[in-house]
Amino acid sequence: MNRFAELLDRLAYEPGRKNKLRLLTNYFREVEDPDRGYALAALTGALSFKHAKPGLIRDLIAVRTDPVLFALSYDYVGDLSETVALMWPKTPPLPPRSGGEGSGVGGGAAITEAAFPADRPPNPSPPRAMRVEGGEIVHNNPPPPTLTEVVTTLRTLGKTELPKQLTRWLDELDETGRWALLKLVTGAMRIGISARLAKTAAAELGGKDPHEIELVWPGLTAPYLDLFAWLEGRAEKPVNLDPAPFRPVMLAHAIENTDFANLDAADFIAEWKWDGIRVQAVSGRDARGNVLARLYSRSGEDITKSFPDLLPSLHLPGAIDGELLVVRDRRVQTFNVLQQRLNRKVVSPKLTKGYPIHLRAYDLLGEGDTDLRTLPFAERRARLEAFVAKLDDPRVDLSPTIAFDSWDALTAARKNPASAGAGEDAEAVEGVMLKRRDALYLPGRPKGQWWKWKRDPHIIDAVLMYAQRGHGKRSSYYSDYTFGVWTTGEDGEQLVPVGKAYFGFTDEELLQIDRFVRRNTVEKFGPVREVVHKPDQGLVLEVAFEGLQRSPRHKSGVAMRFPRINRLRWDKPPREADRLETLERMLKPDAIQAVAFSSESLPRT
Amino acid sequence: MRGSSPRMMGKHRRDTPYITDMRPQDILMPVAAGLCCKPGGFHIDPVRPVERAVITHGHSDHARSGHGAVLATQETLDMMRLRYGDNFAGSTQAIAYGERIKLGDVTIQFHPAGHVLGSAQIAVSCKDICIVASGDYKDAPDPTCASFESVSCDVFITEATFGLPVFHHGNAADEIRKLLASVALFPERAHLVGAYSLGKAQRVIALLRDAGYDAPIYLHGAMEKITRYYESRGVPLGDLRLVKGMKKADLAGTITLAPPSATSDIWTRRFPDPVTAFASGWMRVRARARQRGVELPLVISDHADWDGLIATIDSTGAGEVWVTHGQEDALVHWCTAKGLAARPLDLVGYGEEDEGDTMPEGEDAGA
Repeated sequence: MNRFAELLDRLAYEPGRKNKLRLLTNYFREVEDPDRGYALAALTGALSFKHAKPGLIRDLIAVRTDPVLFALSYDYVGDLSETVALMWPKTPPLPPRSGGEGSGVGGGAAITEAAFPADRPPNPSPPRAMRVEGGEIVHNNPPPPTLTEVVTTLRTLGKTELPKQLTRWLDELDETGRWALLKLVTGAMRIGISARLAKTAAAELGGKDPHEIELVWPGLTAPYLDLFAWLEGRAEKPVNLDPAPFRPVMLAHAIENTDFANLDAADFIAEWKWDGIRVQAVSGRDARGNVLARLYSRSGEDITKSFPDLLPSLHLPGAIDGELLVVRDRRVQTFNVLQQRLNRKVVSPKLTKGYPIHLRAYDLLGEGDTDLRTLPFAERRARLEAFVAKLDDPRVDLSPTIAFDSWDALTAARKNPASAGAGEDAEAVEGVMLKRRDALYLPGRPKGQWWKWKRDPHIIDAVLMYAQRGHGKRSSYYSDYTFGVWTTGEDGEQLVPVGKAYFGFTDEELLQIDRFVRRNTVEKFGPVREVVHKPDQGLVLEVAFEGLQRSPRHKSGVAMRFPRINRLRWDKPPREADRLETLERMLKPDAIQAVAFSSESLPRT
Repeated sequence: MRGSSPRMMGKHRRDTPYITDMRPQDILMPVAAGLCCKPGGFHIDPVRPVERAVITHGHSDHARSGHGAVLATQETLDMMRLRYGDNFAGSTQAIAYGERIKLGDVTIQFHPAGHVLGSAQIAVSCKDICIVASGDYKDAPDPTCASFESVSCDVFITEATFGLPVFHHGNAADEIRKLLASVALFPERAHLVGAYSLGKAQRVIALLRDAGYDAPIYLHGAMEKITRYYESRGVPLGDLRLVKGMKKADLAGTITLAPPSATSDIWTRRFPDPVTAFASGWMRVRARARQRGVELPLVISDHADWDGLIATIDSTGAGEVWVTHGQEDALVHWCTAKGLAARPLDLVGYGEEDEGDTMPEGEDAGA
């Protein structure tokens, strides 16, 4: 457990993906079965046991510590598990020092008569010999539990036995071990590792492509002895016997204006690019003939549990490639609405009712036992149309094709999706997809087969107001920028922050902005610097973004989606930057209810 | 006789009546300039220029320039000279550990505090009352300075930098192993260890040497003088080199010690993909480490942790405890619960150099 805790601890601080991979792979290499397998399960969210409630943890620490000291500590640390992990005393508290002993001043009420005697009595405890560093003296200390022991015990442990078992483990582990244990049992790991990253690290152990792991993953269970045996070259690749396996997805290239010259419109089928998340919905018959359905993310993560309401609709064996959307009153909602359904562990009826999930199908990779990936796209499309018709389910429909006979016609459609067939769903269209009629379904991003042609982003000119130092490689650079636009406030013209961006610029531009920030700092707040932003002094940033929504959480009342720095406008004085009214005009009058941004971890299409 | 007693706070119920006509607060009293000893005619670690100053150790929040006369260990005087130049005080007098000196109506004696090289606790005795002003201290072993010595007293003045039971500093050698494991795992990257220039840096180097690391260790220019001084006092630190002038590629796989502020500075751009480490007791708390953008927190402190504070208080046998800078509340609460008279001393101006809250942004520092 301590070795796993050490790994989690290190991962929690490491910002770089490459370095996280190194730490993970190194762990899988150094640690033996079955511990490493349970670690992989913990990191991929594949462990299942009933989690302990924070209340239980509070009760445990209350028995061991003074309530005032706990309150002061919790207030300082700010995180319950961490506070408990750090202040957990390894032995139950000793009874308080008795009154009479000591220097004669001890014991509350007995003070009055106790003058200092001329001859001070010897110290109650003679001056300690040098404390052994870190050495709490613990007698008969049993070895700390292994991760395997913790996981397998938790699986079968009864609710009433949990407090005693946790106490025993807390006594046996060190600070970091206790922290990891509490994270694990409360189900709140949050260390910035995706299941995909953990699998990629395992794949690196054997120099394999992570895709290969995704393909066999649904058939595997912790502690994955067969997987590690294969990765270490000691056994054959495990066979995925899952009736609903994931298939590696085919991806599109972004198209450039210059590409069209070499492309013939007649070779392509066009569809709308929907602003949802790419999923693979797979159904298959298990050994007993029952249909089993699974939903995978683009990278092969099993996200079935988040969308139980879609499963009944996937009642025919087949593998659909499509877009997950929220559809209300037959209208596709924007990504902001869909976001409420993402990364949910618990899916309430209220959620499924308020945010009805929908699958818009655009490809069919398999039907029954037949693999369709070797057919050209036009043929697969025909099979898909028939399949969706046969499904005959309101939650699953076809992604419509766009009729066009020339690139000009498609350009017009992209510019105005509403009048080119997308109708009232146009808000959820983020561009156009182009697929060669003869394209086979090839995993990865094969050249020239599929193209994405995104809608042009919105552009505004904003003024740099604050800059913050980045993380990891960027920790010496001011690389996170808060920018604002003009509005008329109580004190006349003023800038109001409208967003934050930390990418979009080149390395050279980063150096330039960093230099500007350092030379034009008005005030410093820890890692944040306020940068000069006056009508005639400051830096104008051209900011590109995908969408805008109302947000009560932002002072400006608006929040941007996917903002990035498009260009540096050294030539433009701040007074010529855009105004808040310009942004407000971009909001639709009935703009979706205010939705708080939550971090999105599912890959987007 | 209650007139000028310092602010009482918390759960402390009553002044301890003493049969002697002298009370502890008549001997030492917190004033704006620091801890004032009227009967002895001096201040301890004054934060403003005074006529006569007795200094516990060389950190800049305790040892300031501009006093008339300064009494301190030879090492502390030397460090002040290194930092402030030859004219840092009107006159100086060195005192050795164990040596007694009579000042006015009081006798003072210096005892090792185990904090940094030359750091001392100051025992002030007047008639039959003994007060120990411990300055900053730690009771964990440190190869670069004399070990902490517990001194019996009536009143113990303790710091409370890590005065919460969440602070357990653990074994510094384990933290060094963590650092060396990272160096082994990322041989193409440089490891940059933020550590305070006086004391912490030299301890980290000494611990690395103890762990068998004998490669050259690189230094930020700001650390050179004080580190060389440690060596001149017989603390062996092995092969030390300055970062300045090194090629970026040659710093791969190396360890560099730098002042904490430099580890997020432009200065770091000379290192290949640096791993930012920070050696401090604060690193025990994740939010503190993350706030500073630390990737490899190393819990190595030159202060006593919670267990160290309470064990030390116990071992002095003091019936009364005055708590200075840090997390006073918890320690005062602990003392009171133990039946000890305890109160916070409102001393301001401490805890800013070594492991205090503020972080100077020495941004464009060269070296």
